[in-house]
Amino acid sequence: MKRGMIDFWVGLFAVAGAAALLFLALKVSSQSTLAVNQSYELVANFDNIGGLKVRAPIKSAGVVVGRVNAIELDPQRYVARVHMAMDARYQYSRDSSAEILTSGLLGEQYIGITPGADDKMLKSGDTFKITSSAIVLEQLISRFLFSKAEGGNKDSTEAGK
Amino acid sequence: MVNVLVNLFSRIGAPLTRGIVKLGFACRFFIAILRHSPVSLVRFRLTMREIWFAGVLSVLIIVVSGLFVGMVLALQGYETLVRFGASSSLGVLVALSLVRELGPVVGALLFASRAGSAITAEIGLMKATEQLAAMEMMAVNPVARVVAPRFWGGVISMPLLAAMFSAMGIFGGYLIGVQLLGLDEGSFWSQMQAAVDFRLDVMNGVIKSAFFGVAVSLIAVFEGYDAPPTAEGVSGATTRTVVTSALVILALDFVLTAFMFRGV
Amino acid sequence: MTFVMSAPLVEFRNVSFAYEEEIVLRDVSLTVARGQVVAIMGGSGSGKTTLLKLIGGQIRPDSGEVLVDGENVGNLGERDLYRLRRKLGMLFQFGALFTDLSVFDNVAFPLRERTNLPESMIRDLVLMKLQAVGLRGAARLMPAELSGGMARRVALARAIALDPRVMLYDEPFTGLDPISLATTGKLIRELNDALGTASIVVTHDVAESLALVDYIYFLADGVVVAQGSPDEVRASEHPFVRQFINAEPDGPVPFHKPAAPYAADLGLEAANG
Repeated sequence: MKRGMIDFWVGLFAVAGAAALLFLALKVSSQSTLAVNQSYELVANFDNIGGLKVRAPIKSAGVVVGRVNAIELDPQRYVARVHMAMDARYQYSRDSSAEILTSGLLGEQYIGITPGADDKMLKSGDTFKITSSAIVLEQLISRFLFSKAEGGNKDSTEAGK
Repeated sequence: MVNVLVNLFSRIGAPLTRGIVKLGFACRFFIAILRHSPVSLVRFRLTMREIWFAGVLSVLIIVVSGLFVGMVLALQGYETLVRFGASSSLGVLVALSLVRELGPVVGALLFASRAGSAITAEIGLMKATEQLAAMEMMAVNPVARVVAPRFWGGVISMPLLAAMFSAMGIFGGYLIGVQLLGLDEGSFWSQMQAAVDFRLDVMNGVIKSAFFGVAVSLIAVFEGYDAPPTAEGVSGATTRTVVTSALVILALDFVLTAFMFRGV
Repeated sequence: MTFVMSAPLVEFRNVSFAYEEEIVLRDVSLTVARGQVVAIMGGSGSGKTTLLKLIGGQIRPDSGEVLVDGENVGNLGERDLYRLRRKLGMLFQFGALFTDLSVFDNVAFPLRERTNLPESMIRDLVLMKLQAVGLRGAARLMPAELSGGMARRVALARAIALDPRVMLYDEPFTGLDPISLATTGKLIRELNDALGTASIVVTHDVAESLALVDYIYFLADGVVVAQGSPDEVRASEHPFVRQFINAEPDGPVPFHKPAAPYAADLGLEAANG
């Protein structure tokens, strides 16, 4: 193997490796975690976060505007406190509300933000005043079953008369 | 009775002690490599030849295996996903499994058996034919001249090979998913892009493969250097390189994964 | 006994060495002077190769001193050892050529690694050394394309590349046909006289050595049992020397490896008793 040939092949190898990395960077993945200097933090308290996970998206009108940074339990009030990293380009008024939604019936859970109408905007570290918790499917089903059972009993007593 | 016990203990203890002695030697060897590394980085042509030997010559097997692994993943994944009506997530499944796990791990396993064994055999034969001793007598340190360039050649090649493996695998998944099974091309790529995070998934995969590169290269050069200078010695060392590398890769993968993806 | 009175280049003073429990050399003393070719003879496993490793500083003596050009090898640090090795040239048993380099690059190796000479001068030096061993025509070949004797000569050219003061030969005659053997022997003598080196030849080839060397040490079980010039050796009545020179299968070096009595091993004694 001549030296020139080795150099040529190693060069080609480096180019191919770089191309593969570039492909993974540009075509396969996206930079979803926001850089610290381009984001600000908001907090929201929920009675129940259901299956919400760290890094879940925060959407407004269906557009991703942030990510869940951390989830913890407030030991005084026993509510879940969710820290969110918001894209600095988007500001929300103080009466905006946050709710936990599910994409599709069994899909991933995310936080949806409905903007309000107040003049003043939420600043970094502020808390959402209005929140609504996750819909827990098991509770929904059991409520549905109970109501159905009650209804069924009514039917049967009526039929017995 | 006491004799039997002593015998038993020594039978258990001897391989254990040997193993610990060997591990200690490997650590010392690793430090020696690092100490003698400047030569192989200053005279980069030495390392260049080893990148060619370990990296370029492994490209074919890496690319072909990556393609097939990606195609199989797509076929198998489709079977499962289509039952839940989630076949549009096929791209996500293929990309995440390749970028996070299969690219670094299978890439490293292939690298160990293709390049690692060759490095061990090469150094072992150089030792058996007294080439290393000859070098030493010419006042040239074989660790600096022979071992360190091979080590760095492997370390540099491994992440590039793993990235190629992942990229080819995703391309294979695309071929099966979009071209063969008729999934929508747009949603295949966009879902993948939305779900795969560059830093968390791609970069962690690269970091993993860098760790594997260090581990496999170290095992390969060490086994070669430590091999008894006979034909059986070298062949045994070559086998040990592949077996030890495989075990270390998988164990290391567990540890790294536990560190990187905990709680996510 | 005739002693060359110039200062010895290599000197062993009461050197002992053991690999863990196994004693390899015991109280060995010998001297090699400039211009001398000295043979170390002995059966396989008599510690001959260990002797060369001690000179190169690859191992250190347990007791005694190994002096090379006045320096005590056993006390040198790594840096000094590497400096000292520049004065040594060693021919390994089967040449130990670098299989991934061409003949030219093999001979150029020590020059490129140890000197800062320009490439044009290295080229001239390499061709000179190859000319000295008669293989200038093989410069472009790879080691795999050489015969055993040619490989040995290329290795010799490589060993003398840095003009060493001491040449070490580890079994230079093993596995060579008679012609290559004679060529190698002649080269060893000529190079020694031309370069003014001190040469140590470790070998068990009696006929070739007697014709070649100035002085012979006989080594058995790590001890120098006999020594002398070739004429003295030929006339020697020492039983070990006689056995070695006449290649007798049994003698001070026993034909049988020490073992339990033959009859006992076959179980005959047990049957009798």
